[in-house]
Amino acid sequence: MPITGPTKLFLRIATAATLAFLYAPLVVIVIYAFNSTRVQTWPPRGLTLSWFSAALANTGARDALLTSIKVGVAATVVALLLGSLMAYALARFDFFGRTSVSFLVVLPIALPGIVTGIALNATFTQILGLDLSLLTVIVGHATFCVVVVFNNVVARLRRTPTSLEEAAADLGATALRGFADVTFPQMRSALIAGALLAFALSFDEVIVTTFTIGDAQTLPIWILNNLSRPRNLPVVNVVAVLVIILSLIPVWIAQRLSSDPVTAVGTVRDTPAEPMI
Amino acid sequence: MSSSRPAGRHPLAGLFWRSRRLRIGSLLAAPLSWLGVVYLGSLVVLLITAFWSLNEFSGQIVKGFSLENFQTLIEQPVYRRIIARTVSIAAVVTISDILLALPIALLMSRASSLRTKGLLVVAILTPLWASYLVKVYAWRTMFAADGVLNWLLDPFGLTVPTSGYIRVWIVMAYLWLPYMILPIYAGLERIPDSLLDASGDLGARPLKTFRNVVVPLLMPAVAAGSIFTFSLTLGDYITPQLVSNTQFIGNVVYANVGIANNLPLAAALATVPIVVMILYLFGAKRLGAFEAL
Repeated sequence: MPITGPTKLFLRIATAATLAFLYAPLVVIVIYAFNSTRVQTWPPRGLTLSWFSAALANTGARDALLTSIKVGVAATVVALLLGSLMAYALARFDFFGRTSVSFLVVLPIALPGIVTGIALNATFTQILGLDLSLLTVIVGHATFCVVVVFNNVVARLRRTPTSLEEAAADLGATALRGFADVTFPQMRSALIAGALLAFALSFDEVIVTTFTIGDAQTLPIWILNNLSRPRNLPVVNVVAVLVIILSLIPVWIAQRLSSDPVTAVGTVRDTPAEPMI
Repeated sequence: MSSSRPAGRHPLAGLFWRSRRLRIGSLLAAPLSWLGVVYLGSLVVLLITAFWSLNEFSGQIVKGFSLENFQTLIEQPVYRRIIARTVSIAAVVTISDILLALPIALLMSRASSLRTKGLLVVAILTPLWASYLVKVYAWRTMFAADGVLNWLLDPFGLTVPTSGYIRVWIVMAYLWLPYMILPIYAGLERIPDSLLDASGDLGARPLKTFRNVVVPLLMPAVAAGSIFTFSLTLGDYITPQLVSNTQFIGNVVYANVGIANNLPLAAALATVPIVVMILYLFGAKRLGAFEAL
């Protein structure tokens, strides 16, 4: 369907408007981070860099950042292990219940966040008698991060022919050696991309976190707790900008690592993806 | 894989090579115990909790079978209203996102160079991954009385909407829009040009081609995108809390887990989005949503 003339003009205007809509809130927050007054009015009366040093000196925010990194790294390690094992099983073998298994991976993100949150909360507090802590947050995050690693690795394995693995085996390599020298190098960048996205997903998560965290604060929880304190808003704005940047860096790297940006980065959170086929 | 491979040097390696079942089992043991026990197990616990009740006097949880919570949800008009409001906003957000996503996805797939396509994909992925909470917070500041929206609307004699429902609708449509654009774009990319050319050659005008060729072929992609807009809307309680005073299922669930301390009622209410999503997933499956992705 060749799109020409007025239709194309309409699509261009609609696209420009949509992009403006998508970016406007981010731009507003970035500008507020430089706002010289404590009160947020638009347009800002003046600009300053002083809130940045205030934010860096804020121990609450710094502790929260550290907590977020701890949780993100731990959840990513678990997700990496579980997701890649599962991806390998599903991409290389056909077995009874394969579709159900692939459905199980996407369930934690296909079901609404409050469902995952309250289900884990009920299990931890009522059945296991655990106190909510960073450990319970990590378990929650790892559960929905598995799918990110899984999607990236399974997509890579599907595109990688098994002929090289077979050649290695024919040449006498043991299964372990074949994996270490042939399969793993082919999967490596997909694993890194999956890990980065899992970390980004964990770093950003609020809803499941609020149901599984005790007294500790991840960075999003710190922001949430400080929104009701007008005095702290200038520092919150700066932290917000830093959070945007910190969430985007892993995603941009991950995107460069994967050959197909839409199926790798795009689908991680937005499609039940290929395993369903 | 070849089945005639000689046994490995280690006796166990040979065993693993011969037994398919053993290999699949060892690969799946850890992930399946995690997702099966931790996650599915938790969902079962949630369903069981929904049938527990609260002792009226002590406020302690009574771990016995009772339909009390479901009775409360059905009989009290406030819960019926909240459920209806939540499901309706999920539908409204989904429809708005489909309408907003179509033009940009069409431009990306049919009227752009390869380079532009790549840039646009990044341009849509970036706000998708830029912190969810920060985006909601940004809207909160934009809706503020002396915020940027009132500043923009003031010359026209308008002010920002005060209705919580409308505010939540705008913000959620904003938040989940990329989740709709990407599958629709991917769906459009899969439609071969030849089909559109054929339709044109047979005399169809572009609009007719769009309606009779593109839209039917796009249904699986739209269904796939809508799973996310629908589920994310049902499961979000932070957005209503930050930009409105309106209560949705998520707010009531969260309040009952925390302050009100009525976990059984919260669990019962949380079964509503589960049921809605199961029905939705079945519908989407019939539309081919899973094959589309």
